Amino acid sequence: MGGHFGAPHLITALTAQLFTGLVLGMIFVLLAIGLSLIFGLMTVVNFSHGSFYMLGAYLGFALVGYTKSFWLALIVAPLLVGLLGLGVERFLIRPLYGRSIDDPLLLTFGLSAVIIEVVRLTWGKIGLSLDPPQALGGAVNLGFGMFPAYRLFVIVVTALVLVGLWLFLERTNVGLVIRGGSRDPLMVRALGVDLRRIWLIVFGIGSALAGLAGILAGPMRSVYAEMGVTTVIESFVVVVVGGMGSLPGAIVAGLLIGQVVSVTTFFAPKLAEINVFLVMALVLLLRPSGLFGEAGLME
Amino acid sequence: MKRAAVRAVAAHPVLTFVLVFAIFPFVVPYKALATQVLIYGLFALGFNLLYGYTGLLSFGHAAYWGLGAYGTGLALAKLKLASLWGALGAGLVLAGVAGVLIGFFCLRRRGIYFAMLSLAFAQLLYFIAFHLADVTGGDDGLRGIQVPPLRLPGLTVPLESSLAFYYFAFALVTLALLVLKRILDSPFGAVLQAIRENSDRAVACGYDIRKIKLLSFVFSALFCGLAGGLDALRLAVVPVESLYWTTSGQVVIMTLLGGAGTFFGPFVGATAFLVLEDRLSTFTESWPLFIGLIFMAFVLFLPKGIWGTLLARLRS
Repeated sequence: MGGHFGAPHLITALTAQLFTGLVLGMIFVLLAIGLSLIFGLMTVVNFSHGSFYMLGAYLGFALVGYTKSFWLALIVAPLLVGLLGLGVERFLIRPLYGRSIDDPLLLTFGLSAVIIEVVRLTWGKIGLSLDPPQALGGAVNLGFGMFPAYRLFVIVVTALVLVGLWLFLERTNVGLVIRGGSRDPLMVRALGVDLRRIWLIVFGIGSALAGLAGILAGPMRSVYAEMGVTTVIESFVVVVVGGMGSLPGAIVAGLLIGQVVSVTTFFAPKLAEINVFLVMALVLLLRPSGLFGEAGLME
Repeated sequence: MKRAAVRAVAAHPVLTFVLVFAIFPFVVPYKALATQVLIYGLFALGFNLLYGYTGLLSFGHAAYWGLGAYGTGLALAKLKLASLWGALGAGLVLAGVAGVLIGFFCLRRRGIYFAMLSLAFAQLLYFIAFHLADVTGGDDGLRGIQVPPLRLPGLTVPLESSLAFYYFAFALVTLALLVLKRILDSPFGAVLQAIRENSDRAVACGYDIRKIKLLSFVFSALFCGLAGGLDALRLAVVPVESLYWTTSGQVVIMTLLGGAGTFFGPFVGATAFLVLEDRLSTFTESWPLFIGLIFMAFVLFLPKGIWGTLLARLRS
């Protein structure tokens, strides 16, 4: 409770909390965009998305250990997770196309249990801690308060990745096919495009984004084998609130849920997890297709 | 010969169940396993009504199992109810009410949305139970459950011995199976399967599928709530994990291993899962790794499950 703070202190504390919420929201956005892209194009819900996120953090930890460079790990860990995603789509999910849309969800549910156990066998059951790079260890004065440099860095990186992704989707030919494929796959196929390759690419990109979210979140939250499970459920809530398959929706909802978690943690910590679901229930009641979703587009 | 046997089993599924499970505790390695199979089989049976017969994949059935367990457990531990039936009834009411509310929300979306929404709502309940430690015991679980004796007109049976409890559960599960058979054989049951096969066509036939799906959801929640209540009696404690997503995952795995949409699949799957868990955990801590791999192999190569594949082989 903030009761014993004076008014200026309360405002400072609240600003800090809003800032924390923004950083958390950025992680949600990265995760939700991957989920949403994969779902929008392939109508596949990737339950192992949370395990890919967790794997990003663990691979980041291992790479920092080998190379002594956080920067190298920040690039290589998401790429490795992306490669794993390519393999998963090619060998495990592709055989399921044409079957019930529940089957990929079931399969990736099993896969996520397998990944969690493999991580436990490799790195042990006890959680790890991933340190931020030394250059980002301090705090920065932004004029209205001191903020940890690493968290500012997370915001900048996420924003850059989002701009890059937007340019890729809007300005390249592959991006055009991806957008077309999520709107009307039959038509895109009729135009002679091999959608299977596009699915592979999108699954790889989505997985890499989850891996990136993992290594970015690593120094801020604790790293443990089950860290992805709650997060994937929260990310799914973000996708539901934003509207399945909508990128602006994933961004707005991700930031919103980040604030909901952060602000309720400040006033009533016990309600933080619960409020996320209440927001979802409210959106479902008032706007079943999500804030930015188009009704019936992707059901 | 084989076909005659298959036909006989298909014609009298409940009788077959009774014959098999009457001697089941003496066939399996230890009696506790038999009770577990019955209770988890009932849980999977409730899940199967929704997934296997109506075609709705829920990833949040821990909610009804857990609420059934908490309802029964709270009635005995906190309200000090002396009636077994009252306690099980409290669990059923809690699971049923949650089924109506959550079903209403989840059924606003279909397909894959439905699966994840049901999961989200179950997690919500988990967090509530976790934080309401004064009522639920929180992380330590709900303790202090005294199992009252079974009272029937002119008969009082203590349930302390594991065999007595097994046959009590056996009687209730048989009753549940009779109800399930009645549901599936009714016109309502036929519509459920029509929705699974093609929901648009069911709408075109004039069925109010939203209402029918909700009913199926609530029936499913009630079966799972009963199973959860029985489990609270079996363990005399309700762990908070009974509401956790891993419990929802377990029932999905059991049902698919056994064969979704088949009458005996859930019991075959519950047996397979529990025996696997028991055997694997004696020589490795990483048993979920193997269960996960086996489950993936089933989704890829044996989507009909053990019983479903067996049936298909015997029939062809």
